[in-house]
Amino acid sequence: MGSLSVVEAVTVDVLVGWLSAFRDAVHEHGAYLTELDSAIGDADHGANLIRGMDAVMAAVASPPEATGDLLKKVGMTLVTSVGGASGPLYGTFFLRMATASGDATSLDGPALLAGLEAGLEGIVARGKAEAGDKTMYDALAPALAAFSSSLDGGASLADAARAAAGAAAAGRDATEPMLALKGRASYLGERSIGHIDPGAASSALLLDSLAGALS
Amino acid sequence: MKKLINSPEAVLADALKGIDAAHPDLRVDHQHRVIYRATPKADGKVALISGGGSGHEPLHGGFVGPGMLDAACCGEVFTSPTPDQMQEATSVVDRGAGVLHIVKNYTGDVMNFEMAGEMAAADSGVRVETVVTDDDVAVQDSTWTAGRRGVGVTVLLEKIVGAAAEEGRDLDAVLDLAKRVNGQGRSMGMALTSCTVPAAGKPTFDLPEDQMEMGVGIHGEPGRRRVPLAGAAEIAEQLVDPILGDLDFTGSPSIVMLNGMGGTPLIELYLMYGEVATLLEKAGVQVARTLVGNYITSLDMAGASVTVLKADDELIRLWDAPVETAGLRWGV
Repeated sequence: MGSLSVVEAVTVDVLVGWLSAFRDAVHEHGAYLTELDSAIGDADHGANLIRGMDAVMAAVASPPEATGDLLKKVGMTLVTSVGGASGPLYGTFFLRMATASGDATSLDGPALLAGLEAGLEGIVARGKAEAGDKTMYDALAPALAAFSSSLDGGASLADAARAAAGAAAAGRDATEPMLALKGRASYLGERSIGHIDPGAASSALLLDSLAGALS
Repeated sequence: MKKLINSPEAVLADALKGIDAAHPDLRVDHQHRVIYRATPKADGKVALISGGGSGHEPLHGGFVGPGMLDAACCGEVFTSPTPDQMQEATSVVDRGAGVLHIVKNYTGDVMNFEMAGEMAAADSGVRVETVVTDDDVAVQDSTWTAGRRGVGVTVLLEKIVGAAAEEGRDLDAVLDLAKRVNGQGRSMGMALTSCTVPAAGKPTFDLPEDQMEMGVGIHGEPGRRRVPLAGAAEIAEQLVDPILGDLDFTGSPSIVMLNGMGGTPLIELYLMYGEVATLLEKAGVQVARTLVGNYITSLDMAGASVTVLKADDELIRLWDAPVETAGLRWGV
């Protein structure tokens, strides 16, 4: 957490570190994610992300040079290994981030933010979720807003990522009292209230992993 | 959890081995997890693909064969298959007349088939059309939610539209028919118990002995309401009333399915059908054809669903046409 070894250029290696941390996080919290999904979904979110991130780490064992190529590989692997709604959503997130990152071998703060924002736009296009629908959007959107305002305020990449992780966790917790309006949880109507959204919870892990990789 | 499995991770792969061994008239692509007819249909005929999470057997693999589907894409338990599986199946089954994708309205299934369609359009000339089934009357407020779920009518649609494709109708006609069948079918389901997803290892929800879930889907998700357990006659009413309240079934012959969720014995399903038939007769619904059994299941969940399809002479004729699949077989 010290500021002596901060990362200011997000290279392919740093991105792989992020993915590796996310893989570890979904393994560690897989049972929790599945428990959340049992309450308002179909009890498979943890297992699906574990399968997907294990496949991702195998696919990037010898990573390409360009960040865009790496992220594209991540997106395609998630799309073809996860299934459900989280496969297309997380897959589209990384595919759009890949397009935004292009041939760059490393990303500075604004470029990383632009990639994350493109990813979130992809999730919105695919899932048509809006703020307050009780989805992963409710964790990701405030996280990217915090990331952006931290960078604008002159924060380091690591501090901006920590702010984003904090906002994602708050966004995750804020889904608890929400009425689900998208996805399988929406079929529960009022009964979806009082449960944290599993997609928001895994999204918070994704941002927490990013903060860890950039610190 | 007590299940006949080797490991939770290998359930689908191991089950596909069994399907392969049991049915020489099917061909299983174990890599892509797609079930095909061993003998493809003739050139120039529209092909039908369906798919979805596993755990609903016999849907969809059990409906592959002459008179019904050409291929079924198998996802993990309760998890949609992936676009690459659907794209592979689409290119394999196309006989030059295009391919109809039959998709149940669940967010994941719709998104994955949508991505498959985009990928297919980008790199092959196969014309793909999609019908999304959404017959579950338990889902209200459908403009504010992900919409009604696709459940029981999917079985009837795969049979009827499969027969039409076998007759040689073109893709537009097959698509029109599929939409018509979906639009005229309604379903409602209930559960007495939860189911246990192998990877989760414990029941998806706890349901006390004296309660039941009304308005369940087919993925072990809790229903819309938890209500006190009642007798079969009263449960039948709670299933049939919302169906009849949603569409006028009088004046046309109907096809009715009393479907088991996987964990309810056939004697109870027939008992329930007796109650349902009485209610339908009282409401002036003329039942022309009936299907009772486990056709679209939710692993080991105990419970049942009712599907009523408003038919006509043409749909009845297509329903009666020969079908030769593991799950439905007549007229051959």
